[in-house]
Amino acid sequence: MNGINGKEDDCNNDGDIKIFFSIQLIMPLESKNPSGPLDQKWTNYKGHCKLVNPANKRKLEIIVVGTGLAGASAAASLGELGYKVKSFCFQDSPRRAHSIAAQGGINAAKNYQNDGDSVYRLFYDTIKGGDYRSRESNVYRLAEVSANIIDQCVAQGVPFAREYGGLLSNRSFGGVQVQRTFYAAGQTGQQLLIGAYQALERQIALGTVEMFSRHEMLDVVVIDGKARGIITRNLITGELERHFGHAVLLCSGGYGNVFYLSTNAMGSNVTAAWKAHKRGALFGNPCYTQIHPTCIPVTGDHQSKLTLMSESLRNDGRIWVPKKQNDTRKGNEIPEDERDYYLERRYPAFGNLVPRDVASRAAKERCDAGYGVGTSKQAVFLDFSDAINRYGKIECSKLGNHNPTAEEIRHHGTEVIKEKYGNLFDMYEKITGENPYNVPMRIYPAVHYTMGGLWVDYELMTNVPGLYALGECNFSDHGANRLGASALMQGLADGYFVIPYTLGNYLADEIRTKEIPTTHPAFEGAEKGVAERISKLMNIKGNETVESFHKRLGKIMWDKCGMARNANGLKEAIAEIQKLRAEFWKNVRIPGDIKEMNPELDKANRVADFLELGELICMDALQREESCGGHFREEYQTPEGEAMRNDDRFMYVSAWEYQNGSGWELHKEELKYEEVKPVQRSYK
Amino acid sequence: MKWSEIFTSSVGKKLVMGLTGLFLISFLVVHVGINACIWANDDGAMFNRAAHFMGSSYVIRILEIGLMAGFLIHIIQGLVLEFQNRSKRTVGYQVNLGNRGSKWYSRSMGLLGTLILLFLIIHLSQFWYPNRSHQGWLLGEELNLFDRMKTTFSELWVVIIYVLGCFSLCWHLVHGFQSAFRTLGVSNNRYLSMINNIGIGFSVIVSLVFAMMPVSMYLGWV
Amino acid sequence: MEHYTMNLNLKVWKQKNAASKGKFETFEVKDISSEMSFLEMFDVLNERLINEGKEPVAFDHDCREGICGMCSMYINGRPHGPWHGTTTCQLHMRAFKDGDTIVVEPWRANAFPVIKDLMVDRTAFDRIIQAGGYISVNTGNAVDGNAIPIEKEHADKSFAAAACIGCGACVAACKNSSAMLFVSAKVSHLALLPQGDPERKTRVLNMVTQMDKEGFGACTNTGACEAVCPKEISIANIARLNGEYTMAALSADNSHD
Repeated sequence: MNGINGKEDDCNNDGDIKIFFSIQLIMPLESKNPSGPLDQKWTNYKGHCKLVNPANKRKLEIIVVGTGLAGASAAASLGELGYKVKSFCFQDSPRRAHSIAAQGGINAAKNYQNDGDSVYRLFYDTIKGGDYRSRESNVYRLAEVSANIIDQCVAQGVPFAREYGGLLSNRSFGGVQVQRTFYAAGQTGQQLLIGAYQALERQIALGTVEMFSRHEMLDVVVIDGKARGIITRNLITGELERHFGHAVLLCSGGYGNVFYLSTNAMGSNVTAAWKAHKRGALFGNPCYTQIHPTCIPVTGDHQSKLTLMSESLRNDGRIWVPKKQNDTRKGNEIPEDERDYYLERRYPAFGNLVPRDVASRAAKERCDAGYGVGTSKQAVFLDFSDAINRYGKIECSKLGNHNPTAEEIRHHGTEVIKEKYGNLFDMYEKITGENPYNVPMRIYPAVHYTMGGLWVDYELMTNVPGLYALGECNFSDHGANRLGASALMQGLADGYFVIPYTLGNYLADEIRTKEIPTTHPAFEGAEKGVAERISKLMNIKGNETVESFHKRLGKIMWDKCGMARNANGLKEAIAEIQKLRAEFWKNVRIPGDIKEMNPELDKANRVADFLELGELICMDALQREESCGGHFREEYQTPEGEAMRNDDRFMYVSAWEYQNGSGWELHKEELKYEEVKPVQRSYK
Repeated sequence: MKWSEIFTSSVGKKLVMGLTGLFLISFLVVHVGINACIWANDDGAMFNRAAHFMGSSYVIRILEIGLMAGFLIHIIQGLVLEFQNRSKRTVGYQVNLGNRGSKWYSRSMGLLGTLILLFLIIHLSQFWYPNRSHQGWLLGEELNLFDRMKTTFSELWVVIIYVLGCFSLCWHLVHGFQSAFRTLGVSNNRYLSMINNIGIGFSVIVSLVFAMMPVSMYLGWV
Repeated sequence: MEHYTMNLNLKVWKQKNAASKGKFETFEVKDISSEMSFLEMFDVLNERLINEGKEPVAFDHDCREGICGMCSMYINGRPHGPWHGTTTCQLHMRAFKDGDTIVVEPWRANAFPVIKDLMVDRTAFDRIIQAGGYISVNTGNAVDGNAIPIEKEHADKSFAAAACIGCGACVAACKNSSAMLFVSAKVSHLALLPQGDPERKTRVLNMVTQMDKEGFGACTNTGACEAVCPKEISIANIARLNGEYTMAALSADNSHD
């Protein structure tokens, strides 16, 4: 990293709080993009990468942090190859990782439907969906291996939905024109994760993988510039442990919980990635967060998390708000001509099936303008009455009833909807107490996924040699916006089909490296650092709970760095976060002891990292003076309120380098589009 | 896998319970059939003939040993299972799930079985033991069991014990009948519900017929 | 749906760690909204306890949308509380009314030792899966996904069994602390698919052996597991396991012994 540093932005807010970041003007980042035509890159890479012979694999140790789709598939596949793997997760079992909550499906370019799908088309859709902010070579590889994922999962016994002929079934998803999404009812993530989990447990039984559940990674150990191990806390005993590895793989998911309220699991956190960042790994595109349009709205201050209603609902549901502001009538009492189907009005071509970022912003726009519904006024209707009516008529005519009563139509229509979305409707009713068959669902956008993450090259290695990032933890494949059913695809692609090759290419040069004893000063130093931070946290003995700080951080993030952002708001947010962080380190209260199970301490460790990450997200959002995908800057929009990219200035990945104690330095990886011509996305 | 391993695993032990249970159920069919002869209105002639048939053939007497073994295995295994299962939860709950999750008789198979065992001891000591010892444990002359029944069931307390015994048997069978088939691996829901219904019918009818015997005799209907 | 607030008495199991002896402690919580989830009510309690300088109640939870299987409270005598087919995290406070007393206990089974308060150790389930709850296929040598057509009915049944979230409610509810619903769901999931056929026999034998070793009881078909299962896994799976086990055990050849 020998670039030219310069303080670009030193703005003052509220007195003496400063925003420090500097911009790297030349591009030092080596993406290791293989040469050759796009469709040959991966084949060429596989044909030429270095290999490790079986006898040597047995001597090489690999640490895998996280057991979601990426982590479990990587640990299992590497175990199968014969490496010595240590796998870590903070949950009580690897099967709990949050990949399990994915509902809709997984994309693959199988073209089973004969509808014109191909590897190129999946590649193209993903690039376009990402608003031209992802790396072509990575995305093409993702599309290439997507078909193998389905085969692998079927072989493992993943019970995908099937047609009566016994063959695999597909459904369609947002933002594409082909049916390429494979699914298992509304529990696709669960089934895929169980598949990977079973493969992992098999390796544990065979002794190639050693499992450490209820362990949290709290630092990366870097020796002579290479990642050589991690420090973990045993969450049951509170003991710190040192683990050596010839390579460290971070598969620890996304950081949506920086917003406090999100569809992430309560335990999802950035800590592993953040520790790597502080040890030198660059953080890529932190401001790209995906706000999912269809979630159950917040009901009050007690809210601890948000629940997603699958994107598939937008196939049959129509989104609307009343035409009158502050309309307090119930949804089913508002007559048709007083409803504003604003997505259909604004985007006649795609209607209710516009991509997630567009649908989310449109909902926010209506609510901000005073048309929101429900007690909080922060919700819009998702209405199935039309679909019930339509399906009801079809069913009645199938039954030979050509003069059905409204009641009969309703009955049969409801049955069809129940079969398609029954489990989601049940979930909605459990949470809200309302029956969505009778009254329209109330929905509102919520933080769902983070496209940003640790910067990685083509081999999924961060800029720290031997330190890899897979799945949502890295920034690589989704650009500024992720398409539905692509997260599962990426996690499994990275773990099953990419890392087994690319890791070998690195480890081939490590076969002479003997196991480094964990008494090495670097291990001792790292553990000491972790212990000091924990004892510092415990000794603050302040007056405010961790949860309260987390909520306050979330509010700043959501208000000022959420669905719409502007320079002033972001600057304010940065100042507020800095203040909040200082307050946290003075006034947080953590009960209990260090050497025991202490969930509040675990949470404090995570929130402390979120308080740093939040600032970086805002800084990234501030420097990116354009709107693209999930990142919407109010200053940069078309007259109709659509996102406006600036390809001349911002066609790059922002990769932030942590500067010990003095902010961050920005590096840029220019994005070169050789196959696809970036154009303005239009859904009108 | 060794035989010992098969039959000492948790599933294997249940298999033994199911198999012996079904064997004992088949015995009940024979027993209830013979006993029903008392209602033939012939002062026990038909009943005594049937009883004689059961007591005077080596084939059946050898089968009787098998029956005894079946009883013993079912009883011992059942008690062992009951105590082993109880030992798996050393600290219990403050509030129990109770009938919200299962039927009381499903949870009380050990208790019902023990009651049946107590009843069985009384029953055997009243009929089987005196008769067989009278026969000199071989094929000797038998007692007039019909008369013996009449005498035995002229006492109210005996009748009450028998009725209670049949009551326990009924609930034991309502669960045991269908449970045995599940343990043997019948997983098809269509057959399971059929078996369930047959099981209930069987349990009620068999137990009722058994219970009516002492009652009929006490009330002088036969 | 009318919303309301309530005051409640909570009687909660507190236990410092696996080695110590636990006891019930009583807490009052006030102004609980009927819109809260059950765990959010516990969040409110814990916030208050921390502010009062006391130890909060430790409990397992993660996704809070009913799929990860981590939450595990035994509420008023029923695993996951009073609602049918619902996990603790999806239980909402509308299920209770003002003035109620709620008793909350950890899963009780010797195979699930208490770690702290309401948290228990369920790694026994992982070890049962390690014993054979998988299909032995290495990454990379799979045939095309459509090369093996699967009868829709079997695929659907297999999926219904695979919906198990491994929460352990079945064990908690069973009077024998039997894990048979969990084990049979996995055996059924894989036995119903042609891909699972080659290892069908060893899988069921090894998984049952491991289940016994972990200290779970035997199944007596009471049906309590099915009644409380948040994913409504059918007890017919247990019967299927029994059949699979018997066939496997009887046809096993011990010539190598």
